[in-house]
Amino acid sequence: MTKQRRPHILVTGAAGALAQKVINQLRDHCDLVAVDFREQVYLGDDIPSYCIDFNKRVFEDLFRRYQFDGVIHLGRIQSSQLTRMRRYNANVLGTQKLLDLSHKYGIKRIVVLSTFHVYGAVAYNPALIDESAPLKSAGLSADLVDSVELENLANIYLWRYPELNISILRPCNIVGPGVRNTISTLLASERAPVLAGFSPMMQFIHIDDMADAIVLAYRKPTRGVFNVAPQDWVAYQHALKLCGCKRIPIPSVPPLVPRLILRTLKLRSFPSYLIAFFKYPVVIDGRAFAKEFEFQPKRPLKEIFRFYRDNKRPV
Amino acid sequence: MSLASFIKSRLIPADLDQHINRIRKPIGSLGYDPWGYNNEVIKYGFALTKQLYEKYFRVEAHGVENIPAEGPVLIIGNHSGQLPIDGILVGYALASRKEKPRIPRAMIERFFPTVPWLGNLLNEVGAVLGDPVNCAKMLANDEAVIVFPEGIRGSGKLYHDRYELKRFGNGFMHLAMKYKAPIVPVGVVGCEETIPAIANIKPLAKALGIPYAPVALPVVLPAKVHLNFGAPMYFDDLEIPEEQVTDRVETVKAEISRLIDKGLSERKRLF
Repeated sequence: MTKQRRPHILVTGAAGALAQKVINQLRDHCDLVAVDFREQVYLGDDIPSYCIDFNKRVFEDLFRRYQFDGVIHLGRIQSSQLTRMRRYNANVLGTQKLLDLSHKYGIKRIVVLSTFHVYGAVAYNPALIDESAPLKSAGLSADLVDSVELENLANIYLWRYPELNISILRPCNIVGPGVRNTISTLLASERAPVLAGFSPMMQFIHIDDMADAIVLAYRKPTRGVFNVAPQDWVAYQHALKLCGCKRIPIPSVPPLVPRLILRTLKLRSFPSYLIAFFKYPVVIDGRAFAKEFEFQPKRPLKEIFRFYRDNKRPV
Repeated sequence: MSLASFIKSRLIPADLDQHINRIRKPIGSLGYDPWGYNNEVIKYGFALTKQLYEKYFRVEAHGVENIPAEGPVLIIGNHSGQLPIDGILVGYALASRKEKPRIPRAMIERFFPTVPWLGNLLNEVGAVLGDPVNCAKMLANDEAVIVFPEGIRGSGKLYHDRYELKRFGNGFMHLAMKYKAPIVPVGVVGCEETIPAIANIKPLAKALGIPYAPVALPVVLPAKVHLNFGAPMYFDDLEIPEEQVTDRVETVKAEISRLIDKGLSERKRLF
């Protein structure tokens, strides 16, 4: 009697904390292969891990060797990393290569991690933005173009090749232990810049909840684009207060002033291209995802902020 | 006792605190809703408005019980007086009513979110960017929404045009029909006299990026305000041509006009 074949899954962006959480949840039931563009990580003897540029020919060898059933694409290079050109190559051309190979090798399920940044922060944003809203970010900041392009690309493949079963997830701010994105760095810092007079509504999701969401999404092959956010909201400055951060106000009017200050200071923790996200709210509606995948975040905001408050000075 | 809680205890009496807490709003674990409404900040707003409502403008409200106790509802009124004082007073009238109070949401100009501090403050006390998507989502959430279909045409009008209704947009009627929300008309009398403007400096408004720059006294005069709420008006959600929608809007406009006349006839003196 032959043993039933365990699903083979390719996980990209393996060096990130989120990918490692996803891998830990899936490793008992699936055969995983981890890939990262940036560095090779050790994930145990049972999980082969590679540091490969998706645009190199050797990347295709992985598809030949491991005969994947699914791909979980978490390897989007964030806007704070690499130069604009290299990021474009990695995020857009790399993703295209990944999707092409997935089509060629008959992959049956793909989950792509995007971000709520693609909606763009403008003063006229309504709250509870749903998935059908236009992606305005590309027109607002050249540094977010690659994220929007990545999404559009995934969208084209979603409709052109229905057999790939692509789901695109647009999460709100992912925070929690190990996360190294801009917002998490700000919440973890002693002093955080704010724009004087602006405290937009924000949504936060714990990294463990996000990992749950990705695994849930992978297991149910529903195609489509989904926002992922809990039904809870807080103003940015209030969140900083709860995390025990001292707020450093930056003059906010006229709009040229904060931009000039941030460009001059080149603050990595408060990049000038994200300035609009600290001024105007981008509140997304995660109800469609919650309903479709029966997803319920388990970690409340207070618990998330308590972690940041208690870990200001790590031992 | 911390300074914040001391100030709170002085400004917000216990019964007011309980009154607001009794009005259940769909809010998250930290007291916010997606549009930025905050259950704690509204208590300060409520305490301050109480003084303005009762002492400064000495508002007389009739028919506020006409607003249904639950479910989506649109409160449609005439806009006036350069600042959105009318919206605040209408909101307070509903939030403070004895039987089944509700905290309504007001739709505000697109200009406000760009103003530091003020934009956030308005959101915290329940005002929301006047976008059809926001209005639709709120009606779907069973909220009571205050809309002034005249928009800046109404609030920016000059003193010699007082109590003259400007053109109404049709957007509110489409939303009312789609979400089966009754429309409660309200005639506001008195706000026109709070900030009488004699002219509008358009080039200055353009330079500052604001909707209008009125020539007026830099004070808000203590005019006596009369609010007259009409009976709820129900409209079916049949697919009808835009012309008929406009006719329905005209019906609401006529009712508001009648309520304004009622307020004007009740009024004994301006202040």
